[in-house]
Amino acid sequence: MVVSLVNVLVNGAAYGMLLFLMAGGLSVTMGLMGFANLAHGSLAMLGGYVLATLMNHYDVSFLPALLAATIATAFAGAIVERTVFRRLYGGAELDQVLLTIGVVSMTVAAATYVWGTNPTSVKIPAWLDGRLQFGNFDFGVYRLFLLIVGGALTAGLFFGIDRTNFGAKIRAAVDNRRMTVSCGIDVKRLFALAFAIGSALAGLGGGLAVGLVGLDPTFGVKYLVFLLMVVVVGGLGSIRGTLVAAIALGICDVTGKYYVPDAGAFILYAVVVVMLLWRPRGLFGR
Amino acid sequence: MAVLAAEDATRLFVARSRWRWEEIVFWLVAASSYFLFPGHLVLITQALIAGLFSMSLDILLGYAGIASMGHAAFFGLGAYTAGILAKMGYGDPILDLLAAAVLAGGFGALCSLLVARLHGIGMLMVTLGIGLSCYELANRWRDMTGGDDGLQGMVVKPIFGIFAFDFDGHVAFIYSFVVIFILYLFARRLVNSPFGLALLGIRENLRRVPALGIGVRAQLMLAFTIAASIAGVAGALLAESTQFIALEVLGFDRSISVLIMLVLGGIGNLVGGMIGAMVFTVARDELAALDPVYWNFWMGLILCAIVLSGSGGIVGLLRRIERRFGGTAR
Amino acid sequence: MSEQLALETRGLNRSFGALRVAQDIAFRLPRGARHALIGPNGAGKTTLINLLTGALPPSSGTVLLEGHDITAMPAEARVRRGLVRTFQVNTLFPHLSPLEATALAIARRHGLCLNPLRALKHCSAVISEARDLLGRFDFGADAARPTRELPYGRQRLLEIALALAAEPKVLLLDEPAAGVPEGESDEIFAALSLLPRDIAVLFIEHDMDVVFRFAERITVMNAGQILREGTPDEIADDAEVREVYLGEDGDV
Repeated sequence: MVVSLVNVLVNGAAYGMLLFLMAGGLSVTMGLMGFANLAHGSLAMLGGYVLATLMNHYDVSFLPALLAATIATAFAGAIVERTVFRRLYGGAELDQVLLTIGVVSMTVAAATYVWGTNPTSVKIPAWLDGRLQFGNFDFGVYRLFLLIVGGALTAGLFFGIDRTNFGAKIRAAVDNRRMTVSCGIDVKRLFALAFAIGSALAGLGGGLAVGLVGLDPTFGVKYLVFLLMVVVVGGLGSIRGTLVAAIALGICDVTGKYYVPDAGAFILYAVVVVMLLWRPRGLFGR
Repeated sequence: MAVLAAEDATRLFVARSRWRWEEIVFWLVAASSYFLFPGHLVLITQALIAGLFSMSLDILLGYAGIASMGHAAFFGLGAYTAGILAKMGYGDPILDLLAAAVLAGGFGALCSLLVARLHGIGMLMVTLGIGLSCYELANRWRDMTGGDDGLQGMVVKPIFGIFAFDFDGHVAFIYSFVVIFILYLFARRLVNSPFGLALLGIRENLRRVPALGIGVRAQLMLAFTIAASIAGVAGALLAESTQFIALEVLGFDRSISVLIMLVLGGIGNLVGGMIGAMVFTVARDELAALDPVYWNFWMGLILCAIVLSGSGGIVGLLRRIERRFGGTAR
Repeated sequence: MSEQLALETRGLNRSFGALRVAQDIAFRLPRGARHALIGPNGAGKTTLINLLTGALPPSSGTVLLEGHDITAMPAEARVRRGLVRTFQVNTLFPHLSPLEATALAIARRHGLCLNPLRALKHCSAVISEARDLLGRFDFGADAARPTRELPYGRQRLLEIALALAAEPKVLLLDEPAAGVPEGESDEIFAALSLLPRDIAVLFIEHDMDVVFRFAERITVMNAGQILREGTPDEIADDAEVREVYLGEDGDV
């Protein structure tokens, strides 16, 4: 009884960590640039496909492939931001939503064209496969790996946001963009860099996700809803909020599916709607 | 004292509500398609129904400035109301239509309470959440809705007891056309009424509206009720003409595609939704059948192009051309 | 004696955490008043307007309109009772014409705004009232053009016209001359002097010309509190007021 509960919680937290990695960048861009990027899930998908292609077709091993996925996605994100998204900063939210939906549509089509509709999977390396025993409890190694990587990245992110110059500029720009501009800070470059970092995280998350939940061309759409929920419940622009919301929603989802499978995702949606009505700006939003 | 002449003042309001040529052309073409494309009536009926659905969203989006990613919830609710009533033996189509309108409208009023306090992303998310929740609910409640197998076994009785729905879609077409046209006329009156003007005020400058003594919440509740009601009627029409309801009437796809249709045709002028829906539905039927990947890609690209160009969709484009040639389009 | 007062506040307070933006405001505005509210930037003048109109709820205290407690009333209800404001920055409907905006305000007064079945073109009473009101402000043909195409001074006049369309008993003007170029400010002055005598007017202003031209009484605010209240002469002579305004332009 307790064993399965602990397992469910750990699984939920690991899943939540994955959501955090994928959603972290989205929270920053939505909070920072006020840009509703629904194509963020597609960025994660790209990371997944880069990883899968490198591992399956070019025999690259897991960690290098993961690194490559992260970098490739960062580049892709930077390019799309500069060429397309930048034009709609400060514009109507609906326009941004529609534009990014258009981009999602195209990426789904492109992914189907290149990789087909069947799910893609990768072989998790041996050192990450299997289960670890801790007394009465046993946990999947991959999930523990996710928790560790996620935890390390979270710490790195907090450090970066709180202690570095760059982080300070981002925080300033989220708080008060106009003031930041009048302080002489090049906000455009700031945005471009923040977007690239956010995309990198998404790519990393997507690459890690393949081993846990699988990959297919609709990945970006399927997880988009979760990512949006995480970001909005956590509060735009707040890394802390995204983390809390991601872990919480991850645990809710896994626990719900385990104990009340009939209710499906309904519980999750209801929780989100209630959360937003209670705190329209999210848990840690401004 | 420089006062605007009385005739000029009235003329302003008359001009705003005058029938535009694109509206006249659209309805003439739609009406004559009965004779011009007798083999495609089912498709055209579906396009008109989608148009009604888009138009209902336009009332919220184009006039009140409320973006909803869950509008399909009202459409689906209307469809299932009519469907379930027909299945239970209460198959009179017009009564079912009214029931759908009332239920969907009531749900719309409820939703307006939830949505009224939010704007921007928060509103998009809550509307999305409502849409998804309704989908899940219908999915799980198999006994009522048939779940993802869809609702079957509808018995739709003849209209007025005389006109039975035929397989080729003649009766369905005329029935839908009449209902949709009447609702279109109603919507035209609405947007050119003080109520419509108040909605425009909400879209143009939300802060100013309470300062004029207008209660925003009450206005939005009425707008939601009406828009949801009309969407519900559209759903019921679909259910009655096809006598089958697929779960996706409530789906995310449908909420998004109605947004696309509206953007394609042009937001904020009523006929844009109808035109966009017609173009989208016919194009999808032709192209998606060939290759769904092809369809997704090009639709995505066109959507991006429309948004980036800011041209206001098909109707926006037509108006621009009109202005270039010295018209008085506004 | 509060029946003679158009507007009154008692012990009005507003804090944001430790920041007290309004402290113990006891303010009285008699009927037909021409009252100016002045003070340095950050004194809390616009905050007071927001508290009076209901845009900002108070932390404590009451607001009374013609003797009735309106502290709990939402903003639109106060407007319907006759408490109307204009905004410091033009808060108008860019794509609507002045005629449409004014018609909207008047239609609300006629109770038409929740009626989706009445055609605007047939609301002749509303339209002619709107015409007349805008005519008093010399709008002429400009009344039919989209608001965003009009010069800033005209838009500022529309702000005032929209407020008058509500037939106010109390009118709160937030810097009516703000941002208006030199050549157009005469129209604002003219509009202000034409305001019906039975309306109580409270206006925030930084332009001392406007203040001394129109105010019959002046309230000076500083740091969220009322510093002084009196006639223009009394205020002009007051040493403390001058100190608070040290460095300001204008002949205080």
